[in-house]
Amino acid sequence: MTADQAGIYSALTEIFREVFMNDDMQISPTLTAKDVPGWDSFKQIEIMVSVEERFGIKLNTREIDSMKCVGDLAAVIAAKAAA
Amino acid sequence: MQHLRWLPPAADARARLSALDRAGGEVWKQAVALAGTRLDFVATNRLDAIVQRHQGAVPPADLAAPPVRLAVLGSATLTHLHAPIRVAALRRGISVTTYENDYGQYLQELLDPRSALHEFRPNAILFSFDARSLTQGVHAALDAEAAAAALQAAEALILQCWQAARDGFGCPLMQQTVLDSFPALLGNNEHRLPGSRSWFVHELNASLRRLADRHGVDLVALDQAAARDGLDAWHDPALWHRSKQEVSPAAGPAYGDLVARLIAARAGRSYKCLVLDLDNTLWGGVVGDDGLEGIVIGQGSPLGEGFVAVQEYARELARRGVILAVCSKNDEANAREPFEKHPDMVLRPADIACFRANWDDKAANIRAIAAELNIGLDALVFLDDNPFERNLIREQLPMVAVPEVPDEPALVPAILADAGYFESLRLTEDDRLRTAQYQENRAREQLRASSSDIEGYLRGLDMKLIWKRFDPVGQQRIVQLINKTNQFNLTTRRYTDEDVAAIMADPDAFGLQLRLLDRFGDNGIIGIVIGRKNDDLLHIDTWLMSCRVLGRQVEPATLTLIADLSREMGATRLRGEYIPTKKNGMVRDHYVKLGFSLIASEPDGRSLAELDLAGFVPTPTFIQMTEG
Repeated sequence: MTADQAGIYSALTEIFREVFMNDDMQISPTLTAKDVPGWDSFKQIEIMVSVEERFGIKLNTREIDSMKCVGDLAAVIAAKAAA
Repeated sequence: MQHLRWLPPAADARARLSALDRAGGEVWKQAVALAGTRLDFVATNRLDAIVQRHQGAVPPADLAAPPVRLAVLGSATLTHLHAPIRVAALRRGISVTTYENDYGQYLQELLDPRSALHEFRPNAILFSFDARSLTQGVHAALDAEAAAAALQAAEALILQCWQAARDGFGCPLMQQTVLDSFPALLGNNEHRLPGSRSWFVHELNASLRRLADRHGVDLVALDQAAARDGLDAWHDPALWHRSKQEVSPAAGPAYGDLVARLIAARAGRSYKCLVLDLDNTLWGGVVGDDGLEGIVIGQGSPLGEGFVAVQEYARELARRGVILAVCSKNDEANAREPFEKHPDMVLRPADIACFRANWDDKAANIRAIAAELNIGLDALVFLDDNPFERNLIREQLPMVAVPEVPDEPALVPAILADAGYFESLRLTEDDRLRTAQYQENRAREQLRASSSDIEGYLRGLDMKLIWKRFDPVGQQRIVQLINKTNQFNLTTRRYTDEDVAAIMADPDAFGLQLRLLDRFGDNGIIGIVIGRKNDDLLHIDTWLMSCRVLGRQVEPATLTLIADLSREMGATRLRGEYIPTKKNGMVRDHYVKLGFSLIASEPDGRSLAELDLAGFVPTPTFIQMTEG
């Protein structure tokens, strides 16, 4: 994992902990909505809006729909933040 | 766009939320404190979840306002707004439970007495209709006649909802205005296209304002908020398509605050007084150092004009009933000099109801201001450019609202306005006269100081108590007093316009409005009494008074009036009731002091007292009573 990726995952961990109100939550690139109780469409939106605010980017509908796991989300963030 | 920018940011909010969640137990007080900081929507949801988990549906018993059961009825996704509404109410110390209709089923639920909505028994309802559903069938090919018919149909739907809600629940109604998220079709002259959905929304909002006034419904002016902050701050078209959330989650906390301030206003919990610092808040510079000529205020300097804008906004607030006070670390003579002598000052001595300039700490002075004005500390907003003083008051007097103050004075009026501290549902004649009334009070104080004894003072006031039964003319003020009087209020029963109209129509009840005049002026309507007769017993359902007239013998004079009217109705006994709240301890022994006998007192502090009218001898007073 590169330094940039580590930074992204560290920020994402904070976001997931806040959204799911679980201070011990751990995330990994392969984590999907099915793995997390309560990860419904509302939580999905909370995660996306939080990511947008945290990284100062805007996620579009195509990007959001193509994400299958946390790794996909991190990849989009890395690409957008670098641009 | 920074929402809730008047609230102080809490850098450690996440840690405090985690700690509160872990600690559990009685979380209410700390949750109120956290709600007073600028939390984003995720932190807001977390705070709400903590309160739900640890406090459950049971708020602390001693809250100043009764719990609110709010039904949020609408046509799109509103789930994400419930937590922000509850947290914004928490910010004002009000407990709100919410109900959400099944998707799209609001009308059916309103009309069906067996619906979950009816089971919920709301005591407040918010209608939040999205622009798409209200503009169904409106398109650019419509002619003017068809567009007008569509507008009428939308109005009729909304009126039908209001009527069903009134019939079903008789509770206060709120209607959110419609958010115009439609792209323009013509452009600058959009109003020339009858079927423009954007223009349709504009017209519908104009109708809603007219109808809301006619039907006694309060508006949540989302259209104005979006006009101020920009549509993007409130609405995200992509999220609308994804989740049918018209108000984006990021704007949830701001939406919640708009709703909660209306709830607070209904409960008489709006702030009443703006306490102003002086140096670098009302003018630039330090009057004690720079002197009268050295302070920056007035035309010709950009900074001086900014301070003029602050003063003008404060004066406008005063003209509509907000009390102004001064709290400054200064020698009093120095502090007063600009008000008296500086030609460019907008605020003058007569605008300030209470002036405290000395070297005591500001918390002590703010306590003194609340005591002198006879209002609660939780009715005060404290404006000070100095972060040290702001933090001191936030720590020592957490019930006082202390907004963030930008370095640029020109931006201060907008912050104060956006914060919605002084939200008012309507204006009464008494509101317009408020500052003058506080000034008259000061003249009364001077008479009291110069009178050698209290009797001489009361005699010298030439008081006249003019009483009238409830009538449509006084109704606004009656409802306002019933809903905002907290201290001198025996039962704190809150009544709506409909309730007051029902009392007027009931032959076995009376509602009295009392106005006190004296040689210094008209105190306005200062007392409300509601009596209900059952056989020979007259139950005093409500007795409330403005604290401004305490110690003026109004209580015994009012009792004499109640006794006379009750006898006329055939009653032989009066029954008085006391229901304790956080704020009305001052009237705990009200009835006993007036000669009633205690007949019951409960462990929770409630008590009943009776007075036998046959043996009642009125206490002589210096008040002349007349029916007016």
